[in-house]
Amino acid sequence: MSREPLLSVRDLRVGFATEDGPLQAVDGVSFDLAPGEVLAIVGESGSGKSVAVQTIVGLTRSPGARIEGSARLGETELIGASDAELRRVRGERIGMVFQDPMTSFNPVYRVGAQIVEAIRAHRPGVGKGEAHRQAVELLDSVGIPDPERRVNAYPHELSGGMRQRAMIAMALALDPEVLIADEPTTALDVTVQAQILALIERLNRARGLATILITHDFGVVAEAADWVLVMYAGRVVEEGTLDQIFYDPQHPYTWGLLGSLTRIDRPRPRRLPQIGGLPPSLLDLPQGCSFRPRCPHAFDRCAELPALDARAPEAPKHRDRCWLDPEAKRERRQVEGEIGLES
Amino acid sequence: MTTDGPERRHIGVSEAHRPLLEVTDLVKHFPVKGVFGREVDRVRAVDGVSFEVRQGETLGLVGESGSGKSTLCRAVLQLIEPTAGSVRFEGREIAGLSRRGMRPLRREMQMVFQDPQASLNPRKRVGQIVGYPLKLQAAASGPELRRRVQELLGQVGLSPEHYDRFPHEFSGGQQQRIGIARALALRPKLIVADEPVSALDVSIRAQIVNLLDDLQDELGLTYVFVAHDIGVVRHVADRIAVMYEGKIVEEGPADRVCERPSDPYTKKLLAAVPIPDPRESRSRRKAGSVGAG
Repeated sequence: MSREPLLSVRDLRVGFATEDGPLQAVDGVSFDLAPGEVLAIVGESGSGKSVAVQTIVGLTRSPGARIEGSARLGETELIGASDAELRRVRGERIGMVFQDPMTSFNPVYRVGAQIVEAIRAHRPGVGKGEAHRQAVELLDSVGIPDPERRVNAYPHELSGGMRQRAMIAMALALDPEVLIADEPTTALDVTVQAQILALIERLNRARGLATILITHDFGVVAEAADWVLVMYAGRVVEEGTLDQIFYDPQHPYTWGLLGSLTRIDRPRPRRLPQIGGLPPSLLDLPQGCSFRPRCPHAFDRCAELPALDARAPEAPKHRDRCWLDPEAKRERRQVEGEIGLES
Repeated sequence: MTTDGPERRHIGVSEAHRPLLEVTDLVKHFPVKGVFGREVDRVRAVDGVSFEVRQGETLGLVGESGSGKSTLCRAVLQLIEPTAGSVRFEGREIAGLSRRGMRPLRREMQMVFQDPQASLNPRKRVGQIVGYPLKLQAAASGPELRRRVQELLGQVGLSPEHYDRFPHEFSGGQQQRIGIARALALRPKLIVADEPVSALDVSIRAQIVNLLDDLQDELGLTYVFVAHDIGVVRHVADRIAVMYEGKIVEEGPADRVCERPSDPYTKKLLAAVPIPDPRESRSRRKAGSVGAG
């Protein structure tokens, strides 16, 4: 990450008080994001990937939530900002796209009217006619054919892919600097997914948008990301450039995820390499490394939590939370000639 | 058999030629009614589909949303009545059989669903859920029922102590194991699995795929495995049928379909699958084969 960061997150921690006791949903997440960059946060449910990002934009604030750390957008500190200020930031400076565009749009209003409302809520000076014209332009810019007609469509009248395009158009309505896309293609067919990813990439390059892509799918990561965080049970277990994560992964959890993919570009293995066991409950985390109970390479030292550190001197920004030394890792992650987690 | 890929180990040579399921020209149309209740149009959800599944093999059925793959599954199992066509199970015609006529055959064919949470009754204990088919078919009762259910739980990688728990106490992957145990309860020959892993977390998917694979080896099961993810389907299936707009547009051995697709839609589907390899995806993007439009 060479350019001046636009969004700088430091040691973000989010805890919730639940009926069953306190839990730490996000435990120390840090990253920098510059304009034009795509950061992918990879993890499964409960990893904290969505909570971390929602906290940055103030969507997890509640009486039971304890939020610590810092998230600076340019000169603005978002953690601790007033609700009014965060409302301005959301939309104007940070646009958001979610997995299911059907639940993000209000089903009883026309798509165009919702985009017009978003524009006019933030820019009271813009007249209705002008906002409508902008909405048509936005729909056109995200590749929706016949935007003059589609602007008057209800959400249910659009296909899943068109709805997600319209959602992206709405996220971009106020020309934000950051785009947060939380599993934007998970609900879509693969042929449509490829188009939406290409669109996000085009917008990211053309507008210099800083993009956070939250996903569980390493295929999507490979298509789109520059920088990757892998999260497990609330913590970042590995971070690095796209190529570092795919070709020199350091954490056994990353090996397991990469190894268990069903790939159509490789001969199929007789048996799919799997990660054994289940992700831990956040209410009852194992001591030390959270992945320890599922890790075939665990040893005594893993009872102590490893810091997120660079372990190889030649790659100071490629950090991971695993005690194994890099040499041992290179050997152990080879399973039948591929990267994987032997079980 | 026209296999030119590696033959899967669970196909016994003697059994490999006998079709367990033969579907011929199956049609399911849904009428679209106008204001006076007259049929004004039809949705051709399944529009003349034919395929065979041999004893012990896995047929993978791939298609995107709206391709008709779920309707096809339901029409094959007679959960909805086909509009026309034939479904033969072990040589016997089952299309159009009455509910009563189907009842003894229900033991032989079971289904595993996509969303394990939605397919398990939240008010019933795991033991009741898994034991329900046995009770319904009067296949077991009393201590025998409990013993059988606990054995099933063990078979799918759960423990006998899970008998008295409720579904919400389990993770998605474990809930899918419960769904699989229920499907196995009556010792069926055929299991139709409709997107059995797509709602699961990535680290759990491989476990469930491997479990289904092991159960097939152990019990000689025959699968119809339905999914939108051609990568998963290729891993589990001996043969793949690709569905598009209610029709099968291509069918063949799994590796052949993925490596040398002949139908334009199959080609498009394969080209859109993201490759988890940055170098590969960069070169594909440079070639401009993905994401046009």
